Amino acid sequence: MRLTNIFNNKSDLLSVYFTAGFPELNSTISVLEALENAGVDFVEVGMPFSDPVADGPTIQGSSTHALNNGISLKLLFEQLEEAKKRVSFPLILMGYFNPILKFGVERFVERCVECDIQGVILPDMPYEIYDEKYRHIFEKRGVFPIFLITPQTTDERIKLLDENSSLFLYMVSSSSVTGKSSGNNMQQLAYFKRVAEMKLKSPVMTGFGISDNKSFKRVCGYTNGAIIGSAYVSAIKNSVDIESDTLSFVKRIRG
Amino acid sequence: MSENYFKKYPSKDGFYKEYGGAFVPPVLEKEMKKIADSYFTISKSHNFISELRSIRKHYQGRPTPVYFCNRLSEKYGGRIYLKREDLNHSGAHKLNHCMGEALLAKYMGKKRLIAETGAGQHGVALATAAAYFGLECEIHMGEVDMKKEHPNVARMKILGAEVIPVSSGLKTLKEAVDSAFQSYLKDPDNTIYCIGSVVGPHPFPMMVRDFQRIVGIEAKEQFFDMTGELPDNVVACVGGGSNAMGIFSSFLEDDECSLYGVEPGGLSLKKGEHAATMTKGKPGTIHGFKCYLLQEEDGQPQPVYSVASGLDYPGVGPEHSMLRDINRVTYDSVGDKEAIDAFFELSRLEGIIPALESAHAVAYALKLAGEKPHTSVLVNLSGRGDKDLDFVIDNYGKDYQI
Repeated sequence: MRLTNIFNNKSDLLSVYFTAGFPELNSTISVLEALENAGVDFVEVGMPFSDPVADGPTIQGSSTHALNNGISLKLLFEQLEEAKKRVSFPLILMGYFNPILKFGVERFVERCVECDIQGVILPDMPYEIYDEKYRHIFEKRGVFPIFLITPQTTDERIKLLDENSSLFLYMVSSSSVTGKSSGNNMQQLAYFKRVAEMKLKSPVMTGFGISDNKSFKRVCGYTNGAIIGSAYVSAIKNSVDIESDTLSFVKRIRG
Repeated sequence: MSENYFKKYPSKDGFYKEYGGAFVPPVLEKEMKKIADSYFTISKSHNFISELRSIRKHYQGRPTPVYFCNRLSEKYGGRIYLKREDLNHSGAHKLNHCMGEALLAKYMGKKRLIAETGAGQHGVALATAAAYFGLECEIHMGEVDMKKEHPNVARMKILGAEVIPVSSGLKTLKEAVDSAFQSYLKDPDNTIYCIGSVVGPHPFPMMVRDFQRIVGIEAKEQFFDMTGELPDNVVACVGGGSNAMGIFSSFLEDDECSLYGVEPGGLSLKKGEHAATMTKGKPGTIHGFKCYLLQEEDGQPQPVYSVASGLDYPGVGPEHSMLRDINRVTYDSVGDKEAIDAFFELSRLEGIIPALESAHAVAYALKLAGEKPHTSVLVNLSGRGDKDLDFVIDNYGKDYQI
């Protein structure tokens, strides 16, 4: 299934982030199956990095754990090749730039195509550097970056990123790291309204700090849906039955 | 000519050829741009410069002297000189950029300074600057380093800073940077991250270098006054590379001066036993910038080690990375053992106890002096060794009759 179809046909989308190779090295595929069975619309597969500057303690912890389990990009792509046979919802990758640089950007994009990865979120890759150095490599193969916007991003820049997006914009709910409660203040509301009123051409998904039905419903009022990461990673951290824990997690979020 | 160099590097976006830049998430991107803009306007203003000059003179006690090492030169050959940054207030060169960054923070209306520290020298310097300007200060430090460098932990606390122990990973400098970034992201509006070296996203490598240039500017003039010429060799230790950038910056365009950056060779050049980034690293990105990086095949940073806590970092400043590629600076490494030897040699022949970090530069200078006996060697003695005394006595005392 293509991401664009999903955005065209559905609202209140729920997307989940999880760290590849966590809690076990080979959990990647079973987690993906569990998420699809639970009715999650699409998934961000986290490529672990040891120094994830945009992530809070939960995802930092799961990343370290996954790296200790022995996950690497090479291995992750092998897992994703297998996963492609078992799940059909869209997958995107999320992670920091250096492992990709070391892997080789062209080879990385090539592997994304082979594994049906539709997009990538690279939080430490500024748009300008992407545009100047890597854009042609990604666009040539039809793998697209997803850019982040924050409460500090100016209208002008949001427009620029919107025009250059092919999938969706990732709206970071607050100026913080992942896994922090997003609060409920007027400032945030003003930010949500400001972005909604810009009538962007790209769908918008909200992430960072969404952990329950209330916060999910709230952001769905302004955008196409929500991305949940830390709360899900915590939910499966010590899970003995990922399938059923995922099901009840998703039920709880959707309400 | 040198004006040209500083206008050219970094580029507008913070690049030193392919190195540097700002590989940061959007939340930080905006903040970095704000700091860069403020830096360009505020730090060039007359008031800012006057205030910083006055601080340099009356508070830091600058200029620090250049000193000729009589007995050391006699024993090892060559003519060995030290730029005495150990005599800079708070005992290391770090205060040069901390006072600059804190003054900038004050002009920007920030309330709180935050930073990581390895050996504690940067933490102490920042805590000092915070006290001077009446700002809050939060220092992140690996638990391993806190134990090793406990006198500096005590100093930071006495100066009123909050010291946050970091217990993840190897519990040293890299993890402290991660932790400080996290904390910074929670409240970037009121806080400024005063990174401890010429590393991190643009504008930090440039800002820290510029505030450290005072070392080279003074040293060049002082050395010329003393000898009527420029030094044949300039030597500095390199972890992130702030003291080295400080002194090198004045000699970059004097081709007759050979420049040497000395990295920690640790126990050996086997993986995990050193932090010789230039010798063993490959270009990569970490903590928001591109540089030579000690990394695994899959792009994860490698574990690093050095006897000197202030040097064990898997990356290195972007400008150093460029200076290596264009062959302007020679980067080499010195192991723990040679550094400890030099620590005792300088103490016993000259009555100057160096920081373990600086002892790496001294060790390399002794080697150079032996190899090139008719030349002069100017060493940036970046810090004093008080913080290292207990550690050295406990671990190496016996070998030196203590």
